[in-house]
Amino acid sequence: MDRFVFLTLDGLSKGAVYAAFALALVLIWRSTRIVNFAQGALAVVTAYVAYSVTAATTYWLGFAVAIAAGLVLGAVVERGVMRFVEQAPPLNAVTVGLGLVLLIQGALGMIYGNDFRFFPAPVSRHALDIGSLPLLSPYDIVVFASVLLVMALLAVLFTRTRVGLRMRAAAFAPEVSRLLGVRVGRMLTLGWALSAAVGALAGMLVIPTGLGLHPTAMDLVFVTSFTAAVVGGFDSPVGAVVGGVAVGLVLSYVTGYFGADLTPIAVLVLLLAVLLVRPAGLFAGTKARHV
Amino acid sequence: MTAMLEVEGVVAGYGGAPVLHDVTLSVPRGAITAVLGANGAGKTTLLRTLSGLLRPRAGRIVFDGADLHGVPVERLVQRGLAHVPEGRGVVTELTVDENLRLGGLWRRDRAAAAQALAEVYELFPPLAQRRRHAGHQLSGGERQMLALGRALVASPALLLLDEPSLGLAPKVTAQIMALLAQLRDRTGLTVLLVEQNVRSALSVADRGIVMSLGRVVVATESVALRADEDLRHAYLGF
Repeated sequence: MDRFVFLTLDGLSKGAVYAAFALALVLIWRSTRIVNFAQGALAVVTAYVAYSVTAATTYWLGFAVAIAAGLVLGAVVERGVMRFVEQAPPLNAVTVGLGLVLLIQGALGMIYGNDFRFFPAPVSRHALDIGSLPLLSPYDIVVFASVLLVMALLAVLFTRTRVGLRMRAAAFAPEVSRLLGVRVGRMLTLGWALSAAVGALAGMLVIPTGLGLHPTAMDLVFVTSFTAAVVGGFDSPVGAVVGGVAVGLVLSYVTGYFGADLTPIAVLVLLLAVLLVRPAGLFAGTKARHV
Repeated sequence: MTAMLEVEGVVAGYGGAPVLHDVTLSVPRGAITAVLGANGAGKTTLLRTLSGLLRPRAGRIVFDGADLHGVPVERLVQRGLAHVPEGRGVVTELTVDENLRLGGLWRRDRAAAAQALAEVYELFPPLAQRRRHAGHQLSGGERQMLALGRALVASPALLLLDEPSLGLAPKVTAQIMALLAQLRDRTGLTVLLVEQNVRSALSVADRGIVMSLGRVVVATESVALRADEDLRHAYLGF
């Protein structure tokens, strides 16, 4: 029973990061119908920015600069590259995304080298005893708090603000939105910026729990979060969050009870099961989209 | 006073052969002008060109005294041009209230936007009862009200309406037409109405423009259109 509680909390902590990363994928998918395959690589770039800033100053300044770098990077990628494939067949955007991954990983390797670098956590990752059980570390609490905060901020942005209403309208009905005076191009840029910032946050949270900072440090997180987004239906922000937590839990139980070797297989089994039972994802609306 | 809209020698299409060939027409202020014609006559293409969704290959569009050349679509609503597209254009994922607020988001003057929103709710009581409902939960008639109401939140000078009667019961269509006449008489709204439903369009229109194969063949008072039997047989099918 103790083990189950421990694995559950561990899964929730990992799942929170997957949820954030899946949410970033869904944000872009909803507005552009593009799966941003470069999202992991973009997050790694911001983590390296944080690494350099932290080395010169403090962790938290590096953290803030990484989030800001995510905003800028997302906007630059949309304006500079993705804008030219948004109207093209879907494969174009996939190819461009994968090209960006290669470009970014190559460039980071040239600048920083291909060694794993120690990437610190801001607070202790040692679990505190709660009722004689080592359960939650201060770091887990930072992870939960920051992911919850970001999700709350995004929810408020999208449902309570004028710019959020514009963003949703631009995503659902670009032409009608333009007729109503919404500058759809700007909304897309903003969406990419927000998504890359959320991705940067997820990267900052998850990299200290892995082997360290490396140009490919987010590759596996990307695959796992992609699965989470598919589980959630890809069109639903709530689905992405639930999918992320679910995937985090499943992976934690599988790792804990059956060994870490089975973890990647478990991701795929989960993905397959969802696709078989509800191909559109668990949270997809049942209504067909108007084209 | 000059016309609300002057179109001179406009050629437009979707790549390939043009759909509109040398279209010249004029829309008088404070009146309802109906654009009539068979399927494929270029009526929807005309509206899409007027609101900037399609760029004309040749010709001039002068709205309220200003040439619209190079003005982006997003700017037209501020100048007083509202376009309710074919199929109504309700954002079905958003609620009634969100759809309506979207119509006034461009306004700097938030008090005026709130005032216009309140007036639209007064004009369409069914919408007021369904504020929190999503667009896809509405009936066809309610969606048409919502699309129309959203355009009115912008307090436009010129309203472009594409087939408001599409898929609506005759009674609902009649209500919509009566409302257009009421808006024209009360607020001096100028309407350019594209319709397949010739009878209901001519029931409220002051002028009629008949299009065929991308050209304007007749532009005259709607009274004259109703009276001209040959013309009705040739182009309007009744």
